[in-house]
Amino acid sequence: MGIFAKIMAFIAAAIVQGTPLLFGATGEIITEKSGNLNLGIPGIMYIGGISGIIGGYLYEHFCAEPVPILCVLISLLASVIGSTFIAFIYSFLTITLKANQNVVGLALTTLGVGLGNFYGGSLLKFFDESGSISLFITGNAYKTKIPFLSDHLGIVGETFFSFGFLVYLAIIIAILSQWFINRTRLGLNLRAVGENPATADAAGINVALYKYVATCVGGAIAGLGGLYFVMDYTTGAWTNNGFGDRGWLAIAIVIFALWKPRSAIFSSYIFGGLYIASVFISGLSGSTKELIKMLPYLVTIAVLVFTSSRKKREHQPPAALGQSYFREER
Amino acid sequence: MAKPASKSKEPLFHIVKRGAVPAWKALLIRAGSIFAALIACGLLTFFLTGQNPIEVYITMIEGAIGTPRRIWSLLQGIALLLCVSIAVTPAFKMKFWNIGAEGQVLMGGLAAALCMITLTDVLSPPLLMVAMVVSSIVCGAIWGLVPAFFKAHWNTNETLFTLMMNYIAMQIVKYFAYKYSVPKGTGSINIINNINHEGWFPSILGQEYLLNILIVLALTVFMYIYLKHSKHGYEISVVGESENTARYIGINVKKVIIRTVLISGALCGIMGWILAAGTDHSITSSAVGGNGFTAIMVSWMSKFNPITMIFSSLLVCFLQKGAGEIASNLGLNSSVGEVLTGIMILFIISSDFFVNYQIHFRKNERKEKDA
Repeated sequence: MGIFAKIMAFIAAAIVQGTPLLFGATGEIITEKSGNLNLGIPGIMYIGGISGIIGGYLYEHFCAEPVPILCVLISLLASVIGSTFIAFIYSFLTITLKANQNVVGLALTTLGVGLGNFYGGSLLKFFDESGSISLFITGNAYKTKIPFLSDHLGIVGETFFSFGFLVYLAIIIAILSQWFINRTRLGLNLRAVGENPATADAAGINVALYKYVATCVGGAIAGLGGLYFVMDYTTGAWTNNGFGDRGWLAIAIVIFALWKPRSAIFSSYIFGGLYIASVFISGLSGSTKELIKMLPYLVTIAVLVFTSSRKKREHQPPAALGQSYFREER
Repeated sequence: MAKPASKSKEPLFHIVKRGAVPAWKALLIRAGSIFAALIACGLLTFFLTGQNPIEVYITMIEGAIGTPRRIWSLLQGIALLLCVSIAVTPAFKMKFWNIGAEGQVLMGGLAAALCMITLTDVLSPPLLMVAMVVSSIVCGAIWGLVPAFFKAHWNTNETLFTLMMNYIAMQIVKYFAYKYSVPKGTGSINIINNINHEGWFPSILGQEYLLNILIVLALTVFMYIYLKHSKHGYEISVVGESENTARYIGINVKKVIIRTVLISGALCGIMGWILAAGTDHSITSSAVGGNGFTAIMVSWMSKFNPITMIFSSLLVCFLQKGAGEIASNLGLNSSVGEVLTGIMILFIISSDFFVNYQIHFRKNERKEKDA
């Protein structure tokens, strides 16, 4: 393989690895803009994946001749419902019951990863089947490439247009979120809620409503990252803990991208690249590979330290991030 | 505007912060939430498995304390979780969101394991043990110190910083696991010193885990006294309540932050030492098994009280072991333990609301006005 082809293959692989991260990061950015630091995102991404699997499985199981497009729609809907539900639990506990955000988030991650692995490992058992889950019809439906662009543009087509639709959806959602947060009145209100809920409240903004909606929508978007992973990346197969620590990486990208969905696009691909860099550099020993896998985390820390030491206003997290808002406490 | 219209605009209920709640009432609310959580967990397992909820709990009790071996395994699990919970508590009480206990324990464990690998031939057994303890404490403390330093100086977000430190620790462990892997190239370290047991905790009264448990109990008592009855403990709670107040009364906030997180990290390091020398006799990147995260929830739901943490970790460990038994009986995935733990913790956390706040319904208020 020529060096050029290798670089292109690396870029394509980085995009594949970066897509779940991009979904997670965009979801978390929207959530954090409302002042909620949702550490439940890793769990929500598991839930998004397993809900999609359950939806797709039920359809493939009970329908004699599954139609690919319905496979996609049903699993997509199931995924969104599942992850929104978990995000709603988070919202209810932190916004209405004013529980501590970090603790609730961590508990939801435990719960979400547990639920994902539980259903992933036991779903077939409930229907008296053996083996492991593999939804080839649904998985391949997700992997459908763009018809013309993928095979008529040579290596460019192979590198940039040979992915399933979720890859492009991730980019579209990120760009739309950027536009929404920075260019619309609702986005302005949302930012106000995250920066200073008391002021937003005084200006007549329904703080709780904004927080609820932002957290649930953010959760739903993040869940799509899990869905992409199980449907496209692994072609409809579930492996326990297969998603790994990508959810936490998504939270790291939020910092790396300085709370801007648009920057999250490239940040995610960079992180995706760092995540698999060790596979593409030839001639490494097993131990050196492990050191290279450390890079995304080191880079995040560097960004974290750098932005906090510079104290530039537009590079800071939302001012009220992580705090519950109670009107009487001002 | 007409009067009825203004009345209908009044919300159905509103939430008011309570004053001090009598201890028995708070305890009752918490106990109620645990009870509700147990019912919810029972119902959930019923729907998942079709088993009678009461039978489910009998199976769980059987699974957790059915045989002496299981009891010891449960106690060992409690000791692990309790020790990490104790370790995160001082930082946590100071509102320093250290979610890096996982990494700090791992670094402590790695240090102890590396000592066992490289120093067994050089040092005598007692000296080896001393080297293990010291290096574990130092490594755990350094892993806490780095984020604390940046937090104290630049107010760098410690939650995300410590989180990243976890993964760096995991990669470092994986690196050494490759370097010293037995057999070569597998990427995992076998049981170290399996023949002469050097650097291992001795069995006391024939129980290999007893020393672990005793050390953790001692640490628990120490932490209780440290937080409740020492000047340091007082400073920690003031900084946690309000940094401005702390500054006003002349507490050096930076110093307190760094010192407290150092202690927190050092205790995590001790936990790593217990893990490597007293439990696993080896080290893997997943050795802590999520206890670093569970510990945060245990510490929080115990209100930072080390004595309460004994019971909280008992509850969590019991659920996990018991659920594991159900899962293996029915051939289901063992993650059901994590699910039940998550539900239990969510219930307990939300019970705080009913301790701290009061709900006033519209109807009651109208009556009050009439009266």
